[in-house]
Amino acid sequence: MALPKVCGIETEYGIFVRGAENDPVAASSLLVNAYADRLGPRPGWDYEHERPSSDARDPEPPAFDGGLDPELESRLVNTVLRNGARYYVDHAHPELSTPEVRTARDAVLWDVAGERIVRRSVEMALGHLPSGAEIVIHKNNSDGKGNSYGCHENYLVDREVPFGRVVNGVLAHFISRQVICGAGKVGSEFPGQSPDAVPYQISQRADFFEEQVGLETTIRRPIVNTRDEPHADPLVYRRLHVICGDANMSQVSTFLKVGSTSILLAMIEDGALKDDLLPANPVTAVRQISHDPTLRATVLLDDGRRLTALDLQEALLEQARAWADRHGLESVGVEVGREVLERWAEVLSSLRADDGRAARWVDWVAKARILDAYGARHSVAEGSPRMRAIDLQYHDLRPERCLATRAGLDEIVEEAEAARAVDEPPSDTRAYFRGRCLGKFGDSVVAANWDSMVFDLGRDPLRRVQMSEPLRGTADLVANVIDESSTVSELLERLGS
Amino acid sequence: MAERTHREPQRRDDEASEVDEGVPARSEDGTRLKAELDDLLDEIDEVLESNAEEFVKSYVQKGGQ
Repeated sequence: MALPKVCGIETEYGIFVRGAENDPVAASSLLVNAYADRLGPRPGWDYEHERPSSDARDPEPPAFDGGLDPELESRLVNTVLRNGARYYVDHAHPELSTPEVRTARDAVLWDVAGERIVRRSVEMALGHLPSGAEIVIHKNNSDGKGNSYGCHENYLVDREVPFGRVVNGVLAHFISRQVICGAGKVGSEFPGQSPDAVPYQISQRADFFEEQVGLETTIRRPIVNTRDEPHADPLVYRRLHVICGDANMSQVSTFLKVGSTSILLAMIEDGALKDDLLPANPVTAVRQISHDPTLRATVLLDDGRRLTALDLQEALLEQARAWADRHGLESVGVEVGREVLERWAEVLSSLRADDGRAARWVDWVAKARILDAYGARHSVAEGSPRMRAIDLQYHDLRPERCLATRAGLDEIVEEAEAARAVDEPPSDTRAYFRGRCLGKFGDSVVAANWDSMVFDLGRDPLRRVQMSEPLRGTADLVANVIDESSTVSELLERLGS
Repeated sequence: MAERTHREPQRRDDEASEVDEGVPARSEDGTRLKAELDDLLDEIDEVLESNAEEFVKSYVQKGGQ
């Protein structure tokens, strides 16, 4: 039976400095620090149990406790926010991980809140920069010069499902879902190919995938990442770490990306996904699909058939509907699940008919519409600097520059809820406990990570509270206890820790 | 790129027709969308970085995950 699809999105943002020295590492640190400092004393990130080099293809689940892993990212700057999110510097990019959420809609909500947090950080960082200087942030995945950074999704999956089955199940979707959620890009960044060989493509990330399956994230990127770091009981749970998606400006695109993938994973858990859509060469296929925005490119399947990305998506949607009828949508949220299926169908239908409606929902279509119209009005050639500037500015988070906010995109969440999600955690995952503790007892939180928190009770020893169950620590379970406790000692006593 | 959003030849702005030939049943939508697109194009010229070439050339990122 499918587990609730707890999920989250981690976004690496593009960053540069104008009007002062452009040092992305320093600027990223400044950005995160400027935001975090306004919140008062900051708990550190607790790295003790991070093991990013555990591989899902290993038959043994990762050890539950242990020492530091040599592959840990820089400890430079790292903070946990009171909405349960993690905001930090990952190499040379500011990165924000949403708190764990239960549905695709909540994923959008906290992702949008994340954008607000980043924008607010930019404002706050101004005071620390020379006059006239600014930090500019882009929510995209490449600089057009061969350097890429990710927008990763995470999904809770039943460990009982053999990893091989997960891989076989997701490949068709991972290579083709770009048609419903790709962010679009001018030019090619495929090594050895001239940048102008591809005037416009569907995905920002497609050119960067070199392997079908693998552990790496910064080189030899795989379509399916095998990182096995569940941040939860490793005997029960798997966290599927998905690195092949684009960062989205369109809320509907984010919604579809997370919603469709959640449904697919639930189907795999229920044994309801047929494996007849396995691509013969996924690495080639993801690029073939991306490089043809007319959606006519076909890719070879293992069984010899050739299908287009739309064919694949339609086949997956059909199976999804059958699964939903038979098994129900509880694992992804009944209302949200219904909306995902409806919107998924609407987008595919619009793309099939080429009627232009998808420009309100899908980033690459919206961007293409702008580029086509601009190119026509000004007789500007494809691939010219102004076209590349439009591509880039689509993702610019500066309100006065952002083209996505001017593109007429539909929204999934309202401004008021997004504003609340900046400071409030989701109520239905362990992010609730994390966020509430930080909000109410922030001074007493020494360190935190996804599956535990360390408190200082004012006397030795420090106390660690383990949170290995993503679905505990919810408002239902702990809101009263938190509300009624005036100190951390009281809280831990009431929790029986 | 003009191939993508319309399989018919890309309409120029100096043509009088209001209705997108590919969407006959949605003429109102088509008109509204075109008007919005025109407004957007007007706005883009103000919003777009003044030195596009320089801006694009100078946008370099370190590789991430």
